[in-house]
Amino acid sequence: MTTKALDLPEREYMLPGNRTCAGCGLSIAYRHILKALDGRAIMTIPASCLTVLGGMYPVSSVEVPVMNCTFPSTAATASGIVAGLKALGKEGITVVAMAGDGGTVDIGIQALSGAAERDTDLLYICYDNEAYMNTGVQRSSATPKGVRTATTPVQGKQTYKKDMPAIMEAHYLRYIATASPAFPEDLYDKVCKARTVVGTRYIHIHAPCPPGWFFPTKETVNVGRLAVETGAFPLYEIDHGTFRLTGRSKTLAARGELKPLHEYLTVQGRFKNVPRETLDELQQHVTERWQHYLERDKAGA
Amino acid sequence: MASPSIGEAGLTGQWRTRRPVVNHDECVAAKAGRPVCMQCWLYCPEAVIKKSVPIEIDLEYCKGCGICMEVCRSGAIEMVPETDDKDTE
Amino acid sequence: MAVAETQDTQIITGNQAMALAAKLCRVQVVAAYPITPQSQVTETLSEYVESKRLDAQYVNVESEHSAMSVCIGAATVGARAFTATSANGLAYMCEPLHWAAGARLPIVMGCVNRAMAAPWSVLNDQQDSMSQRDAGWIQIFARNNQEILDCAIQAFRIAQAVCVPVMVCYDGYILSHTVMPVDVPSQEAVDAFVPSYVPHTILDPADPKNLNQVTLANPRENERGVLCHGYMEHRYLLEEALEQALGVIEEVDREYAAAFGRSCGGLLWTYLADNAEIVLMAAGSLASEASVAVDELRKAGVRAGVVAIRSYRPFPKQALVNALAGAQCVLVFDKSLSYGNEGPICADLKAALYGTNTQPVVQGFIAGLGGRDVKARELVDVINRNLKEGIEPRPTQWVNCQI
Repeated sequence: MTTKALDLPEREYMLPGNRTCAGCGLSIAYRHILKALDGRAIMTIPASCLTVLGGMYPVSSVEVPVMNCTFPSTAATASGIVAGLKALGKEGITVVAMAGDGGTVDIGIQALSGAAERDTDLLYICYDNEAYMNTGVQRSSATPKGVRTATTPVQGKQTYKKDMPAIMEAHYLRYIATASPAFPEDLYDKVCKARTVVGTRYIHIHAPCPPGWFFPTKETVNVGRLAVETGAFPLYEIDHGTFRLTGRSKTLAARGELKPLHEYLTVQGRFKNVPRETLDELQQHVTERWQHYLERDKAGA
Repeated sequence: MASPSIGEAGLTGQWRTRRPVVNHDECVAAKAGRPVCMQCWLYCPEAVIKKSVPIEIDLEYCKGCGICMEVCRSGAIEMVPETDDKDTE
Repeated sequence: MAVAETQDTQIITGNQAMALAAKLCRVQVVAAYPITPQSQVTETLSEYVESKRLDAQYVNVESEHSAMSVCIGAATVGARAFTATSANGLAYMCEPLHWAAGARLPIVMGCVNRAMAAPWSVLNDQQDSMSQRDAGWIQIFARNNQEILDCAIQAFRIAQAVCVPVMVCYDGYILSHTVMPVDVPSQEAVDAFVPSYVPHTILDPADPKNLNQVTLANPRENERGVLCHGYMEHRYLLEEALEQALGVIEEVDREYAAAFGRSCGGLLWTYLADNAEIVLMAAGSLASEASVAVDELRKAGVRAGVVAIRSYRPFPKQALVNALAGAQCVLVFDKSLSYGNEGPICADLKAALYGTNTQPVVQGFIAGLGGRDVKARELVDVINRNLKEGIEPRPTQWVNCQI
């Protein structure tokens, strides 16, 4: 049962006047994540855009407890919080480890894999703006192929975006999902559902970034929608082993076809000058993966 | 340890080069007299739009991104340039 | 307070003594990652936890960086956290070591001193903990297995008193794997000695705070207009706590002696130092070896003594100035080296004596790297040779280095 926008809680936990860029995709996502958590969470946040969103000492910009931690250790520090709360007999609080793509698929992958293998009772959220944005748009292993970044400035990234949800699937988790701030109700519902599951839960959130992806600040939601509608970022969940497409991806699977990938790529300056062969490759990649997801969705596995 | 407060980065409204102006004659919620649509409230990255009738935008903190204009279903929001005497020198 | 009756005397290794101390101090979260020669500490603790003799959360982490990070998370929410490591493992957790000290968390860790690679060595020296001496941790050296137990119990109390993490260092294999008799206090006695942990940090949805944020160079006002510390002030407070710890370490050792009948010496462990003209200085088991050398020297008429570093950080400057007031010379045996300079204890000693009236000749020696055995006989020979050649400042000498 999908929550409707007008039924979403009104209480805001993220306060205005923080340091995020105008039009930040992470900001939209974070607002709804915190609503879904009812503020009853402890956030563990590594060096990242989210650290900056949280504010500089001695002022915080969020009405939830936050523990900042070292870059590689988000899942490990959160594991310590989980263990500590358990030792102290404190219950009813969701421990959330929330890191960017760099802090998840690169430097944070070891701690995340360790925490997941131990089935640590925490919710891990990766907000994926597809590069090290906080430090100035350097490529990460979540950067899509072809993209120009500060460290792939001329030739663009030569290798594929790492499929992190698939890696998490190899850890036998009970709940894995992808979500987007372009579809806040779907995102909200997934966080609500993840809250109720015990063990390690993983949600991978697309976070369109105006300065890093080179699009005007007003286009964040449009870009996010196109990512889903072209199949660049499908929305799905793997709920106790059952794969299902959700939200817009689900309706696209049932009724329509994916929009051509170039509609998503051309609205972002970071894909400018990508050679024709790479664009074709990307389209093929997206098409094949979509087919694969359609089959999984049909089979429910 | 730090406590939460609005405006951690100061008056972020000063970042703007354009600000949102709402035409309440076109706004679905204003016309209906109840909180419907509310896409602007839903998507505002800064949480500066109040889900009220009529909607209110906190211009002290609005960064002027323009997302509200883009997601508005009735074209009721326009982004107009900020005029500031200092900037026109 | 009456001296607590010894619960029993156990013949145990240094690692078992460390694990036992952690158990007696009722640690609540143990982060475990194996590394030789520490592994038996965390293995023993896993036995305690799985057999329900210790009520703790045991987290089998996937690296030492994560081990310290787990301790940081646990300590922040108010649980007593513990881990142990050596050498490359300690180096791997260098980043969170700095974090734990800066965040003022009373974590206790066993550091089983082992040589740093490259080349690989699993054997003892003190390069690992010495390399982390700037991180802001309290570093205490134990000379034998009894002291390992005693220092570890004291460590929990010291850490909580000053809100600074403490590492208890002891020599790998020489102590970690060697059995010695250890008097083990009762659980009740330890409960009475170590107060429960009340965290200064709040992570509670009912009172949301943001911890360890980016802190600017200058003081900044909070939301109520109150000027709060900049980065430098935070760090000043950490240093202040370490200086305060000098007194706390002495006091806790005194109270431990009153409660359990044994002292580790406070900041320094001394042997026949009161009228010593020649002082041997070292940290850890080498100090015990030096006392055997001193006995032999005394028989030969040399007025030798030992002043051993128990608290290396904070460095006991004033205590050393006092202890060495009558000494003609101090021979410092470092089991590590600050490459490009000299042994760390030697360098720190010279700095501590600078500008004071205590001005013995200080000679530095590098000994026992990579597990090279240091026998009392060799120390005696070194001293006799130096006495023969004349006591004067010399460049650092290496003991039994075969080049």
